[in-house]
Amino acid sequence: MSSSETDSGTAVDTNEQPPGATGRGERGGDHVVDVDDVTFGYTATPVVEDVSLTVESGEYVAVVGPNGSGKSTLMQLLLGLLRPDSGTARLFGERANRFDDGERIGYVAQNADAGKEMPITVREVVKMGRFAHIGFGRIGDDDQSLVDALRDAPLGTSRDVLDAVFGRLSASDWAAVDDALETVGMSAFADRRITKLSGGQRQRAFIARALASEADLLVLDEPTVGVDAESVDAFYDLLAALNDEGITVVLIEHDLGAVVEHADRVVCLNREVYFDGPTDEFVESDALARAFGTEARLLTGGS
Amino acid sequence: MSADVLAAFAGSLLAALDPSLLLPLQGVVGTVADPIFGALTWVLEQWYWLMDWVYYFTRLEMLNPRYRFMHRAVLVGLCIGVMAPLIGTFLVHRQLALIGDALAHTAFAGVAVGLFLNAVIDLGVSPYLTAVVVAMIAALFIELISEVTDAYNDVSMAIVLSTGFALGTTLISLNAGGLAVGVNQFLFGNLATVSPRSAAILLVLFAVVVGTVTLTRNQLLYVTFDETAAAVSGIPVNWYNRITVMLTAMVVVGAMQIMGVILVAAMLVVPVAGATQVSRSFSESLVVSVVLAELAVLLGIGGASAGGFIVLAAVGIYVCAVALGKLQSIRGDQVTPDMGSIDTDTDASAGAGDD
Repeated sequence: MSSSETDSGTAVDTNEQPPGATGRGERGGDHVVDVDDVTFGYTATPVVEDVSLTVESGEYVAVVGPNGSGKSTLMQLLLGLLRPDSGTARLFGERANRFDDGERIGYVAQNADAGKEMPITVREVVKMGRFAHIGFGRIGDDDQSLVDALRDAPLGTSRDVLDAVFGRLSASDWAAVDDALETVGMSAFADRRITKLSGGQRQRAFIARALASEADLLVLDEPTVGVDAESVDAFYDLLAALNDEGITVVLIEHDLGAVVEHADRVVCLNREVYFDGPTDEFVESDALARAFGTEARLLTGGS
Repeated sequence: MSADVLAAFAGSLLAALDPSLLLPLQGVVGTVADPIFGALTWVLEQWYWLMDWVYYFTRLEMLNPRYRFMHRAVLVGLCIGVMAPLIGTFLVHRQLALIGDALAHTAFAGVAVGLFLNAVIDLGVSPYLTAVVVAMIAALFIELISEVTDAYNDVSMAIVLSTGFALGTTLISLNAGGLAVGVNQFLFGNLATVSPRSAAILLVLFAVVVGTVTLTRNQLLYVTFDETAAAVSGIPVNWYNRITVMLTAMVVVGAMQIMGVILVAAMLVVPVAGATQVSRSFSESLVVSVVLAELAVLLGIGGASAGGFIVLAAVGIYVCAVALGKLQSIRGDQVTPDMGSIDTDTDASAGAGDD
C-alpha cells in the first residue's frame, strides 16, 4: 500500500500534498468530497434539500440522522450513483457522476447486502479491489496503456500484455491483495468462503477489498448492522488505524455512540443539514433533538 | 421522428410487403455468411472424423458414422455443457435463474417469426437466426423495463415471457396448419433437427459466449457479487447487465435445438446449483458446473427424448451434489483460525497475533 501519512483526525489542506505522498491524495481537486447545495428527490418531495458538505483529505466524518433522513441518498449522490436535481457533487474535484478513477474509492455496504450465498472466498472478494487496475485500459505496475504495451511488445511475447487482455492479476496485484488481507488481519481466512464468516469478519474482508484498490476515500454505509458488539469494536479500531494512515473516512452510521467515540466530525442530517462540526460540539449541541424530533440525548462515556 | 427515419421505416414496410425487394439483402448476407459457414463446415468435418474414431473404439451405436446428426447433436450438447453453466453461474448468483425461461419463450417467438417469414415471403432464413435476434432484443427489453420502471427483475421477465409466447402463438395461428406441425421440435427439442447449418450457428454462438465471458469475467463477477461497489469502482454496471442478458439469449437459442423451449432454462441453473453445493471458491464453481453439465449431457443425450433425459440426469447429479455438500460440511468443520491483528504499518511483516 502507499504511505501518505497525515495526522489522525486532522483536516489537511489538500492544496499542499503531504510530503512523500505516493498515491493517496496526490491528484484531483481541493477536496475529497465537495457537495454543494444539492437537492434530490425520488418524487416531487426532496429527500435531501440544499445540502452542502465538504470533506478534506484525511478526515473521519460521520453522517448521522434518523431513519429516512436521506443519509444513504446523500452517500449515493456523493459517490455519483445518483444525479442531483440541483447543485453539484464532486469527488476529488471532478463531477461525481463522471468520476472515472474508481480505484480511489472504497465502498463498504451493510453486512446484510453483501455476500449472498455465492461460493466465493475472501481472497476472491479482496481481489475485486484490483479489477479497476487491470483489464483493457491499463497494464503493468505503472498503468501503461495496453495500446502502448502492444506497440512495445508483439502480442504473445509479453506476459503483461496477455495479463491485461485476459484480465489476469499481475504479481504486484496479488501482492496488494495479500497486503490488504494482512492489514485487516484476515490472512488466515483468505481461502474461506465469505458466507461462512461472522459479520465482523466479512466487513473486514470488504475493508480489505477497498485497501487492495489503494483507495484514498473509504465510504461506509452502516457497516456494523448485524455485527456483534465485540467485532464492532475491532472494526472501529481498524477504521481509526486506517484513518491514521491517511485514508479519508466517510461513515454513514446509525450508532450514535460509536460515532461520538470515533469520528472527528459529525454531519447530522434530516433532509437538510442540522449540524456540521467537530464531534465534541455535536455532543453539546441541540442538533440531535432537532434532527430526530424527540428529546434525544446521547449517553456516552465509560469506554 | 425525422422525415428520413419515417422514410426508412416506410421503405422497410414496403420491403416486408414485396419479397422481391429483399433479394439483394439475401445476397449481401450470403456473401458474408458463406465463407464463415465454409470454415465451420470444415470444423464439422473434423468433428465427424473424431466421432468416427470414438465409434471405432467404443462401438457406441449412436455414434455410428451413418448417424451424422448424432455426431452434430453430441457437439452441440458438449458446447451447451460449457456455455450454459458459464453464463448460468452469473445468473443464478444474481437471482436471475428464471431469465433463461423468459428468453426461451421469446426465442420461441423468434422461431415463429422465422417460420412466418419463410412461409410468407420465402426468405430462406434459419429460424434459429431469427430466434437469436428476437431473444437478444427481448433480453434488452428485460433490462430496459427494469431500468426505466424500477420494477423487480421478475416482473420484467414475466412481461417479456408472456409477450414472447403470445407473439409466437399468434404468428403460428396466422399460418395455421403446416407451420404448427414443425413447432413441436422447437418446443421439446429434437436431435434430428441439428442440421449442419444449425450446428454452425451454435459454434458461432459458442465462440462469442465463451470469448466474451473470458474477457469480461472479472467485471461480471464484481457486478454479480456487489453491484453498488462495482459501480463505485467505475464499472459500467448497466452495460455489463446488458451483456449478461444478451449472452443468455445466445445460450438459450443454442441450447433450444436439443433441449427445447420448455427445458432449456434447466441447463443454465441445475449444474450451477449443484456446483454451488460442493465448491469452495467462485472459480472452482465455474469449473465444477461445467463438469456437471457435461456429465449430464453425456448421460442424457442417448435417451429417447434427449432434452428430458439430460435435465433428469442433471437433476440426479444435483441431488448427489447436495448430499456431497452436506457430507463435506459435516466432515469439513475445520478448526477456526485466529484472527490476525490489525496491521496498518505497511512495512511490517505479517501480523498473526490474536485480537
